[in-house]
Order: sequence, then C-alpha cells, then structure tokens
Amino acid sequence: MLCQICNKRPANVHMTKIVNGEKTELHICEQCAREKENNPMNDAPFSFSNIISSLMDFSGSGAMPYTPKENIKCPQCGLDYAEFKKTGRFGCSNCYESFGNRLEPLLKRIHGNTQHTGKVPKRTGGIIKIKRDIEKLRYELKRAIDNEEYEKAAELRDKIKNLESQDMK
Amino acid sequence: MGNWIESKGPDSNIVLSSRIRLARNISGYHFPHVMNDEESKKIIKKLSTFMLKENRMPAGNFQLIEMADISHIERMSLVEKHVISPRLAENYKNSAVIVNDDSTVSIMINEEDHIRLQTINPGLQLWEAYKLADNIDDTIEERLDYAFDQRAGYLTVCPTNIGTGIRASVMIHLPALSMTKNLNEILNAITQVGLTIRGIYGEGSNTQGNLYQISNQITLGLSEEEIISNLAAVTGQIINMERIERAKLLQSGRARMEDSIWRALGILQNARVLSNNESLGLMSNVRLGIELGIIKDIDITTLNKLMINTQPATLIKLEGKDLDTESRDVKRAKYVRENLK
Ligand SMILES: [Zn+2]
Ligand SMILES: [Zn+2]
Repeated sequence: MLCQICNKRPANVHMTKIVNGEKTELHICEQCAREKENNPMNDAPFSFSNIISSLMDFSGSGAMPYTPKENIKCPQCGLDYAEFKKTGRFGCSNCYESFGNRLEPLLKRIHGNTQHTGKVPKRTGGIIKIKRDIEKLRYELKRAIDNEEYEKAAELRDKIKNLESQDMK
Repeated sequence: MGNWIESKGPDSNIVLSSRIRLARNISGYHFPHVMNDEESKKIIKKLSTFMLKENRMPAGNFQLIEMADISHIERMSLVEKHVISPRLAENYKNSAVIVNDDSTVSIMINEEDHIRLQTINPGLQLWEAYKLADNIDDTIEERLDYAFDQRAGYLTVCPTNIGTGIRASVMIHLPALSMTKNLNEILNAITQVGLTIRGIYGEGSNTQGNLYQISNQITLGLSEEEIISNLAAVTGQIINMERIERAKLLQSGRARMEDSIWRALGILQNARVLSNNESLGLMSNVRLGIELGIIKDIDITTLNKLMINTQPATLIKLEGKDLDTESRDVKRAKYVRENLK
C-alpha cells in the first residue's frame, strides 16, 4: 500500500483514531508522518473520508480517466455515490451492486485486486455456484441452437431446468 | 486452549496472542451505522436467539451482554481485555457481544458490521484461531444469509474489509528490535507483503511497552489460507530477528541488560505512584527478563494479568469506585506491588 499523502513511498505508519464513534485510519510513509507531526495544525485535514475520496479521484494508470457525471443512488438504502465518496462507507450490501464498476479502481487501490478468491458461504454460496453453472449452460445452449444441434440442446435444457429447480429451494 | 492472558502457547516468550476477526453482514438489512434502534435490536435478537437458545455454538458456554446493560467502566474494561473493540463500546446503545466463558471467542453485534467474530489464542496459534473462527462462521451461516457477492466476497461497510473480511493479527513483544532501531527496516519489509504493524496502547506510531500488533491489510484477492500463511511466515521471521537481537544484546552487554531488567522489577515492586506509561515500560523490561530466563520466579501470565488489570478502566472496575488520575496511579502501584512481591 502506498502512502495516502504523497502516493509515492510505501505506507508504513498507520494511525487509527476514533472520534464520535467514527473510526478514521491513515496509512502514510515516514517522511509524511514526520511532516505531519511537525505541523501544529496536523489534526484538521485528516479524515478517513478525505482519503477515500482522494483514492477514488485517483485515476490509476490513466488508462480510464474517471469522470462521474450522473450520481447513482442505491435503491435499497438510498445512499448516493457522492455521499459514499464523502463517508467511505456503504449503507447496505446492495450498494456494492448499485455502484458496480465505479468501485473497481478503489478496490484495486486498496487491495491490488478486485476478485474475491477466498471462502464462499456453504449454503448461500451453493446458490451462487448453481447460478454460475446455469449461466454457463445457457451459453452452451445458445451455441447448440445456433449450430442446430437439437439433441444436445434438449439435453442442456433439461440440465438447466434441473439446476433451476434447485435454485428455487 | 485457554485465555491468552492466563495461559501460555507456542512462542509465548515473544508472541502474546494470535487473533482472527471475521467481518460479516446479514443480507437484507441496512448496515449498523444507518440502522434505526428497532432494526438494531432485531439483529441482536436474531443472532442471540439461535446461538444461545439452541445451544448451537462450539467452544463452550456463551452469554449475551448488551452494551447498554453494563456501565461505561465495564465496557472500557472489556476493551482493555481485547474482548470487544472500542467502537462496540462507543455504539453502546445498539450493540452487544456474545462471549464464551474464557473470552477466547467473542461475537460483536452491530460493531461497524453486523457481525465481528473474534477468536484469540495465547502465543502463536493463528491456524488454531482460524479453524475455530471458520467453524463458528459456518454455524452462523447455517441459519443466516450472509451478504455475499461472487466478485467482491463478503460485503462489508468499509471497502477496506471486503472480500474475505478477515483480519488476522499477532500481538508481539519486541524490546530488542525496538532498542536497536531495526524496526524501521521491518516496517518497510512488512508493508511490501500486504501486512501492517502498529503499536499497542499508543497513539499512532508511538508505542509503549514495546508491544506491537502485526496484521494483514489486504482482504480481497487472497484466500484466508494465503493471508494467514503470509502473516505466520513474517511473524516467524520477526521472532527470529528478535531472538538474534536479544542474543547480541546479551553478548555485548549482559551486565547492563540484567541491570535494567532487575532495576525495572525493583521499581515495580517498590513504587508508590505509577503512571500507566511508566508501568508499561517497566513491565516490558521485566517481561524480557522472564522471556530470557533471567527472572525465574515470575510467570509470564502474571505479567499479562498485571498489564491488563492496571489499565485505567479495569483498575477502576477492580477498585469498585471511580478514581482520578492521581489516585489511579497510587492504586496501580499498590496493585503491582501486591502481585509482584
Ligand atoms: Zn508519503
Ligand atoms: Zn445501499
């Protein structure tokens, strides 16, 4: 992780503060930390939301300049993207879907990655797996129909039906 | 397994404890910071009903403690014992913890996320702590739908926890590396592999008592096993470096080192007024003395207990009445004297 102030050197000084129940974290390099320490005003500009905002405005490699035109709103909790940028916190689990691709540069900056490869919940994760399988079969079905392989298509249709009935449970 | 304060584990003469924390949310509910009181209560009820009444939990007897039902001092004392986070204590109106008898497992409800599941083991036992956390996580998931996305993994309030939602950490005593200033090099190396190190009982980069916490920073794109392996490997290396530094210090100036260890014990055994800062510093010296086998008749667990019980809120709780700073320092000295005679 790079320093959140200079964006150049690795961040090896980590600060956590809790102010009015709001946790703020700052990850910066030693040089920047020293400058901050010597600055009598050091408390004012530091807030986690500022950092999140600065991360999101950062356009990464420059390959995809980021220009937020319309403000997306999460239909479930009502949080809008501008507000998320201010607080750095989601309002509900649906926010992730609502903001979608816009989050990727941020996740990439924080984790160096955007795809989860760890544990999948056993029960609900099973449904995700089934859904993934159905998607795959539908794709194959479309190809089978395009190629006029009707026997194969019928087989695939049965498989999909079977999985879909599991999905309903 | 035992509580980290009262029992020893592997590499206990450098590592105090290993902790796993999993962040989870229940799908279909707003996150805690935007919930109303009614919803918060519902989440507490939902979790506690099935966990406690159906006796579904591994790892012993559990009880529910609603933060609103206990005093401010009791809450702060739970923070000092690392049973709950400061955040849970601050959001006391709508939060709770489900904790087992020896506090090795605590499930914080309505912390930043709906669920913060925590397991702590003495010494270096990250895998054991994870196995238990994983097991309890599965038990909870049998009954509740977690907010999960195939791309982003476990969905959390803060994007810094998304993915595995895991925070694995070790609490480690590094007096020799702190003394010889090799810590900066380690800091740099650690951040390269997605880990972070910070002081305990200190603001920001300052630390007291030479105690540090090393933990993973990245939660997305790595599996739980990879995260724990990284942390375990790096911790192993740091343990080695600390051992080497300790040996060097002993070789180059045994008398000086023994002197500072015995003096520290002398002050702790005789002082009449002790600030928290001073006592943590002295305890680090005494801890080092025990770890090196220089002090033989004091157990490391005695020191763990001293360290926790002389924290401000726990001290007040032991005394049973409020204490100002001055009388706290007197009380701290008395407590330390009586337990280190
Ligand atoms: Zn910097
Ligand atoms: Zn939302």
